[in-house]
Amino acid sequence: MSAHIGYGNAQFEARSDESVLDCLTRNGVSVPHACRSGVCQSCLMHADEGQIPEAAQKDLQPAYKKQDMFLACQCRPEGDMRVSLPEHGLLDIHAIVSAKEMLNHNVMRVRLLTPTPYECEPGQYITLLNADGLARSYSVANNPDADHFIELHVRLFKDGAMSAFLAGANLGDSLIVRGPAGKCFYVAEGQRDYPLMLAGTGTGLAPLYGILRAALAQGHTGPIHLFHGVISEGDLYLDRALQDLAAQHSNLLYTPCVLNGTDGKGYFAGEIETAVMTAVPAEKDSARLFLCGAPEFVNGMRRKAFLAGLSSKHIFADPFLPAKPVAIAA
Amino acid sequence: MNVPVKSLFDRLGGANAVNTAVDIFYRKVLSDDRVAPFFDNVDMDRQIPKQKAFLTMAFGGPNNYTGLDMRKGHKHLVARGLNDSHVDAIIELLGKTLKELGVPDSDIAEVAAIANSVRNDVLDR
Ligand SMILES: Cc1cc2nc3c(=O)[nH]c(=O)nc-3n(C[C@H](O)[C@H](O)[C@H](O)COP(=O)(O)OP(=O)(O)OC[C@H]3O[C@@H](n4cnc5c(N)ncnc54)[C@H](O)[C@@H]3O)c2cc1C
Ligand code: FES
Repeated sequence: MSAHIGYGNAQFEARSDESVLDCLTRNGVSVPHACRSGVCQSCLMHADEGQIPEAAQKDLQPAYKKQDMFLACQCRPEGDMRVSLPEHGLLDIHAIVSAKEMLNHNVMRVRLLTPTPYECEPGQYITLLNADGLARSYSVANNPDADHFIELHVRLFKDGAMSAFLAGANLGDSLIVRGPAGKCFYVAEGQRDYPLMLAGTGTGLAPLYGILRAALAQGHTGPIHLFHGVISEGDLYLDRALQDLAAQHSNLLYTPCVLNGTDGKGYFAGEIETAVMTAVPAEKDSARLFLCGAPEFVNGMRRKAFLAGLSSKHIFADPFLPAKPVAIAA
Repeated sequence: MNVPVKSLFDRLGGANAVNTAVDIFYRKVLSDDRVAPFFDNVDMDRQIPKQKAFLTMAFGGPNNYTGLDMRKGHKHLVARGLNDSHVDAIIELLGKTLKELGVPDSDIAEVAAIANSVRNDVLDR
């Protein structure tokens, strides 16, 4: 059985096991997308008619579900559907770039202003869309509701589409913010005395910085250990601020890990995995571990920590999946 | 008066038992060279709910597995060489998990029998 997908005045036939996103792009329809893994929500569409498969709404916010929105990359139609792109303004928020600052040689802090304070948990991620429909996800490094701005740490890639756009953006330029999503955030449970381990590579520090400050603000009393893994010394950022924070809070330990570093320079010289594994606390049943950044690191570390005895429900992971653009048929 | 006989699922401890067993069982699976390669590239976030569904089924609990789901869900693994020896290994690891949790041998045998009943569907024959 093959399903028909109606879009505008056109009607397309989906191949077996083909997603709505792949079917539309194969037929020359441009739909914003990035991860193609159900993470970034940039491929959000509206079902005008037809049944939405469960998988296409799995991690969507209830507000989106209620309005018959779904993720086109996760939608393998079980019958004929009629779909449309969501109207901007319905659920998306317009933000303007209010500050930009380099935190090291390739990480840029970007602050965004929203019309009303943006509600999300520090550590969740949002997806930015520009006027060309280019979409990328970034983690929220602060508490936007309290600060009245959204703070992101953006690693600038040579030839990176969104990197280049943000690097060239002027203060006052406008972007669309979609989200928030993700389960990497601090939840104070009961005693707030469980050991908290935060480990990230590169800009994986962004969500962890948000989570760390939320935990401190909410009076977490258990030991907190933050690991930041980078390749070279110059890749560290917010190092000073984190050293200061650790000096102010007796329960906070900060371990920068520099892969190509040398011993005796105040950081751990070597792989971040090694540093984390040697510091796994004895309270394996209650300890929480947050992992963010490069997917290879996040997935490998998660497995190691789980095999070492940490509970699967206490390991929270945000792999920064790179975008997987599909070519639009001519 | 009739004393209702507790079902296998209830004797094992129901959904709580599944939640306790899943980490122990999945750790054994990932550490076992015979079956670990089949799980190498799968996301843990997606695996844990699947393992819970499997354990619920094997524990005799409420589930909506169908033979067709079993075939579809494992076809790609059969193509990669999944065979009887791997099913045996999984049933063995399941038994070890329950043993660790103090489940009596008679109940372990019942669980093994349920797991074994889907063998042909899993191996798509
Ligand atoms: C949930 C989530 C949260 C994220 N949070 C952040 C964040 O807080 N900060 C942040 O900087 N990024 C984050 N990312 C990654 C971000 O979404 C983009 O993938 C990244 O910024 C690159 O986008 P780009 O458009 O600049 O580059 P693209 O145009 O997508 O890529 C340009 C080139 O760079 C290469 N490239 C892309 N990513 C990598 C990489 N990781 N390593 C090596 N080469 C790469 C590509 O292969 C390509 O050749 C997150 C991703 C996800 C899914
Ligand atoms: S969620 Fe569909 S492209 Fe990212």
